[in-house]
Formats: sequence, C-alpha cells, structure tokens
Amino acid sequence: MRHLLSTAELTRDEAVRILDTAEAMAATQGRSIKKLPTLRGRTVVNLFFEDSTRTRISFEAAAKRLSADVLNFSAKGSSVSKGESLKDTALTLQAMGIDAVVIRHHDSGAPHRLAHSGWIDVPVLNAGDGTHQHPTQALLDAFTLRRHLSADGETPAPEDTALDGASVVIVGDVLHSRVARSNVSLLHTLGARVTVVAPPTLLPVGIEPWPCEVRYDLDEALAEAVPDAVMMLRVQRERMTSAGGFFPSPHEYHRRYGLDGERLARLPERCVVMHPGPMNRGLEISAEAADSPRSTIVEQVGNGVAVRMAALYLLLAGEEGIA
Amino acid sequence: MSTDYLILGARLLGEEPADLVLRDGVIASLGADTAHPRDGVELVTVDADGLLALPGLVDLHTHLREPGREDTETVLTGSRAAAAGGFTAVHAMANTTPVADTAGVVEQVHRLGIDAGYVDVRPVGAVSVGLEGTRLAELGAMASSAAGVRVFSDDGHCVDDPVLMRRALEYVKSFDGVIAQHAQEPRLTVGAQMHEGVVSAELGLAGWPAVAEESIIARDILLAEHVGSRLHVCHLSTAGSVDIVRWAKARGIDVTAEVTPHHLLLTDEQARSYDPRYKVNPPLRTAEDVEAVRAGLADGTIDVVATDHAPHAAEDKDCEWPAGAFGMTGLETALPVVQATMVETGRLTWADVARVLSTTPARIGRVSGQGRPVAVGEPANLTLVDPAARRRVEPAAQVTRSRNTPFAGTELPGRVVATFLRGRATVYDGAPVAHEEVNA
Ligand SMILES: [Zn+2]
Repeated sequence: MRHLLSTAELTRDEAVRILDTAEAMAATQGRSIKKLPTLRGRTVVNLFFEDSTRTRISFEAAAKRLSADVLNFSAKGSSVSKGESLKDTALTLQAMGIDAVVIRHHDSGAPHRLAHSGWIDVPVLNAGDGTHQHPTQALLDAFTLRRHLSADGETPAPEDTALDGASVVIVGDVLHSRVARSNVSLLHTLGARVTVVAPPTLLPVGIEPWPCEVRYDLDEALAEAVPDAVMMLRVQRERMTSAGGFFPSPHEYHRRYGLDGERLARLPERCVVMHPGPMNRGLEISAEAADSPRSTIVEQVGNGVAVRMAALYLLLAGEEGIA
Repeated sequence: MSTDYLILGARLLGEEPADLVLRDGVIASLGADTAHPRDGVELVTVDADGLLALPGLVDLHTHLREPGREDTETVLTGSRAAAAGGFTAVHAMANTTPVADTAGVVEQVHRLGIDAGYVDVRPVGAVSVGLEGTRLAELGAMASSAAGVRVFSDDGHCVDDPVLMRRALEYVKSFDGVIAQHAQEPRLTVGAQMHEGVVSAELGLAGWPAVAEESIIARDILLAEHVGSRLHVCHLSTAGSVDIVRWAKARGIDVTAEVTPHHLLLTDEQARSYDPRYKVNPPLRTAEDVEAVRAGLADGTIDVVATDHAPHAAEDKDCEWPAGAFGMTGLETALPVVQATMVETGRLTWADVARVLSTTPARIGRVSGQGRPVAVGEPANLTLVDPAARRRVEPAAQVTRSRNTPFAGTELPGRVVATFLRGRATVYDGAPVAHEEVNA
C-alpha cells in the first residue's frame, strides 16, 4: 500500500489486514503507556485545508502514539489559506523532508493530485476530500461493525474476518457524502450487503453501478434489509433552504428519513446505530437514538485512533513488527 | 522580392495528384506544371508527392486571449499556432479583457491580426455588454467597423435570458450576422465540474448535466424559427443535442452546429485522473455521446469542427481539479484528431474534411476569400498535409504559448507541411515561417 486515497482501491485482503492491524494497535492502547516507538524520527504532516478539529486530533493522536513527530498545517492563519496553491505547499513540505502527508481538502480529488502529480514523493493519506472519499472513516466503521458482529463491540474481533453476510443500511445525504461513498465500496469489498436510503434529490445521478441497493422509503428499507447496522449520515441544514433546496423542511426530512424513537424500536435486536459525527440531533437522528445503548457513536471515535494508527503504520513502517 | 510557388503532385482534397502554381495571391494554374519563372520573382518548387492539398482551414471558435491575457496567448502566437495547424482564418472569441463588445476592441484585435500576418483574424463580437447577459452590445457598430464582425457570441457565458436571446437573433438579421450560443443553462450548472453521470457520481465532482445544454439548444432553435433568424450552436457535446439539431434541420430551421476535436475523441473517463488538463466546458461526455457526435458530423447534422482553442497558464492547470480552469488548446491537433476519428474510421472523405473545417465555417462566418474551392483564380489559401505521418503530441514542441493540450503523449496521424495565405507561405517544411517574412 503506497497511499490510502480511496476505499475503492483496497482489495479485500488489504482491508482485512488494516482491520487486523488496527486490533493489534487497539490492544496496545489498553496499556498504561500507550506510546509505541515504531515511527520514532518520522514526521507526519496534517495538512488540513478544511476545518475538522475532531479528525485532525484523531490523526494527531494516532501519529503521536506511534512516536512520530507531527506538524499541523491548517488553512486558517497560514500560507495554506487562499493564495498559496496545494502544489506550492506540497513542494515546501517535500523540501522539509517529511515522511507522510495526511490531507483533508474541500476539493474532491485533491489527495489524488497530491499523490500522483509528482509534487511530492511520500505516502498520502486521505482524511476526507470534498464529496469524494474518507477512507479512514469507512475503515473505523468497518472495524466497529466487525467487533459487533463477532461479539459485544468491546472484545477484539477474530483475525482474518470480514463482514460477510452483514446487512447495512446507510441513510441520508448520499449525494454530498464522502462517508457514504467510502462505506459503500468498503462494506461491499468486505462482503456486506448495503442499502442506501435517501430522498431522490440527495442521491447522485449515475448511482446505478454502485454495489448497493437504492431505496427512497426508509421504513420499507429497514423492514426488508433486516439490518445489522444503520448508518445515519449528517445532513447539512443549508442544503434545504432557498430555491432549489434538496428537501422542503427539516421537519419533513426528520419525519421521512430521521431515526426517531419509533423506528429505533422496530430495528432488529442486534442492530447497531452508527453516525460519523458531528450529529444534528432532531434532524437525521433523534436524541433517543443517539443516546441509546445501540449507539456506537462514542466507540467509533475511540476506534478511529486505532484504525488511523494502523493506516499510518502500514504506509510508513510496512513489514517491520509492532513493538 | 515576391515568390511564386510551384507545387508538384499534391492530391487535391485527397483525390488525383496535380501541380499548382500560386502567383499574385491566387491559384494561377492547376494541372500539369505550367510555371514559368518571372523576372524579379523567385520561383520555389515544392515536391508535394504524397501530400494532400486542402483549402486553408477556418476556425469558428478560437480564444486568442489578447487583449488581457498575453501571458497565455497573443494574436501573434495564437495565429501562428493556427497556421501551424493548417488554418488560414480564425474567429477570435470576445471574452478578452476588455471584452470585445465595442467597435474599438474588435478593430484592435482585427488590426493585431493583420500585423501578425499568419491568418485572417476575424473578431467575434460580444452579444451583451461585458458578457453580462443583460443588454445588447453595439452589434451594429461592430458589424460596420473595419473588423466587419458577423459572428456574435458571449462564449463562456450562455445568453440565458430568452428575451435578450430573441432580440439578438432578430437584431443581427439586418447585417446578416449570426448568434453563436454557448448553450449552458446556468441554474442547472452552478459549480459544475464535469459531465453528470456514473463517473461524476463516483468521483464526487459536481455534475454538468446534458439537459443543461440540450434545453438551451431546444429553446434557441424554437426562437430562431419564430423570428426567422439563423442560429449557430457552439461546441455541441451530447447525443441529445445532436437529435435536437437533426430535428430542427428536418423542420427547415436555419441552424448550424459545431463540435470540437476533443469531444470527438475524449470521454469523461479522463476525469478519473483528477487532472484539470481534461477540464473543459462543455465537459467531456460519455462514449455514447462521442459516438453520437461522430455520427452527427458524418451525416451533416453537425456542420463544422471548431477548435475552442483555449490556452491557459500552467498554474491554472497544475492544481486540484475544482481549482483548474476550463479549456484546452486545440489549433495544432484539430486536423490530426479529425483524421484519426473521422477519416481513418471511414466516416468522412478528405473532401468532407475540407467542408467541415473550411468551406462551411467560412460560410457561417461570412468570411470572404476563405473556404473557397481549390480552383484556378481562387485565393491561394491552402494547406499541404502529410496524412501518412504519425506524431506523438509534445506540449513543449507546440507553437501555441500554452501547454494545456489534453493530447500530450498521444500519437496522432497527419502533419501540416505547408500553409499558404493568399499565396504566401505561413508554414513551410512543417514549421511556421518567421514573422518578419510573413508580414514583410
Ligand atoms: Zn464555449
């Protein structure tokens, strides 16, 4: 694995290997001294052109627990803000002798350009690009789900297992969601059956070849899919207002596509509720669902660090052992 | 000292070989060698064995960028690139800085074209003041200026207001002008980055739907019919657009349409690289659309091939896709792409190529002395082409000032060996003639 840009580029074996490595990383995190010496002397840059404190902190924690040095470049208040191009920033970083770039960018494809334009010669890890991909989010979702399928969500999942036969329903703004694109690909690669549900305005034209079923009616979809997990996508409030809005009102959206108490009660007993955060309580998810014991939302955050440690480790240390 | 040319054995429009004499700006004789040296006139003999003779090509859609963006192209560099591509006339689009929306600006561009001397530069006038789509520019003043403008376009912007479009179509009738529309419904394409379909859905790039082009073309065709005007559709790119234009022609509506070389060859799959070299407006479409525009060009639904040559600075292409500029260079690759996609596939003869790249564009633009038959007494606007040559496109080796060709590294057939503008060589031995000699 040279870069981690898109879950669509991962083979099943590669994906399972990342999940297994993440379990090994998670095991070290129960120790009182969490830090591993693996990436000592290496420098990882967090290059964030789009604000996301939670994702940046997760990557920073992951790199530091592997003993890497971390440089944070963020769009606000630096040369990265409007004016300096991605290319010039990349050339600067290359000259500084860094070892990997974690990039978050508002433009779809920016990590791909960074990895393939010859501007820089180090592994590139996509931390979310536009409405394209967010591979570590999908990997941490798969990690969380794999634990729940084999046990209670706390116990490590057995090595070399995937998500074969699991049913996952993804609900919400698929059109603008990099989380949805990443998850549909990865869940399919890992053997899960995926259903996406959204109002037709929030599904992309050209979705037909995606390896998933597409539904407009949430209640029918939940009844037919008998899901092991329901993944609620964040809906941005600004998407619905003004002429040409994607749906008439938050109230109507919540009624038709929100996970409220009634729908929560109808889910199969084993079904977990996932959300990539940050949540809009009362819009795509009710407080009842968000705070229920089925919710994995807090687990997902913790698992994110282990998965990002695994990704950095596999990109930077490769076959060297885990201390 | 002036020069006469004796061209030996060129295949006229790809047919039988003949000898041509170019003298005093016209084709003086045609047939067997009949050249006699004249006192004080150099006679240059060109061995054209294996070469085609085509009428000088005429481009209806060129961005020369001057005034305003001389860092990317000038009238001189762009018209020299045009000559290198076999052209003897180009239409310079109006989206310069300042916009070509007054007689003063179109006369300036026209003058720069004459000073450059490589091709006839025919300025296109803006339809609306500042390309803003709110009120008509002084179309009549541009028409009666020294530039003699006949083609008007807000290219890059669609004249989306139906009333303004109607008025423009009506107004230009008095001087036999034509409105060339960049068909793009603006509300359906806010933030659009690439063709809307399977590839955009996967890449997460905002879609530019085919319907945004087709709905404007349909509306404009009906407007043109209603007011009895002629309409020209710029860079048509979708299968649906071809169907609509085909319907309009069957109905007898006076509409013409162009397709670009890149829409004849490339598809939206190129966007998977996220390389803005493939970013263009209208966007690259699907393989089905490519097949439809080829079929439309072959059956005459599409009248002409026009380059939409759009030079851009390196920094506007060496960047993220959404940050990149729309547009591709095309003057030097147009004929090779048409040869590859239409001639070598058996869909057009070389005589057809002369029609779609010279005769018809000259007629649409009302360009006198261009797009004429290769015959005795006609202006000696010619290009000699070696159709057997095959070359890999090298951006740095191109004549245009910009490097944003989407065909870099692609092997394409055909090579322009010489171009003559009214009997003077603008390209010779495959290279542009020095500027001092061209406008001596
Ligand atoms: Zn245009």
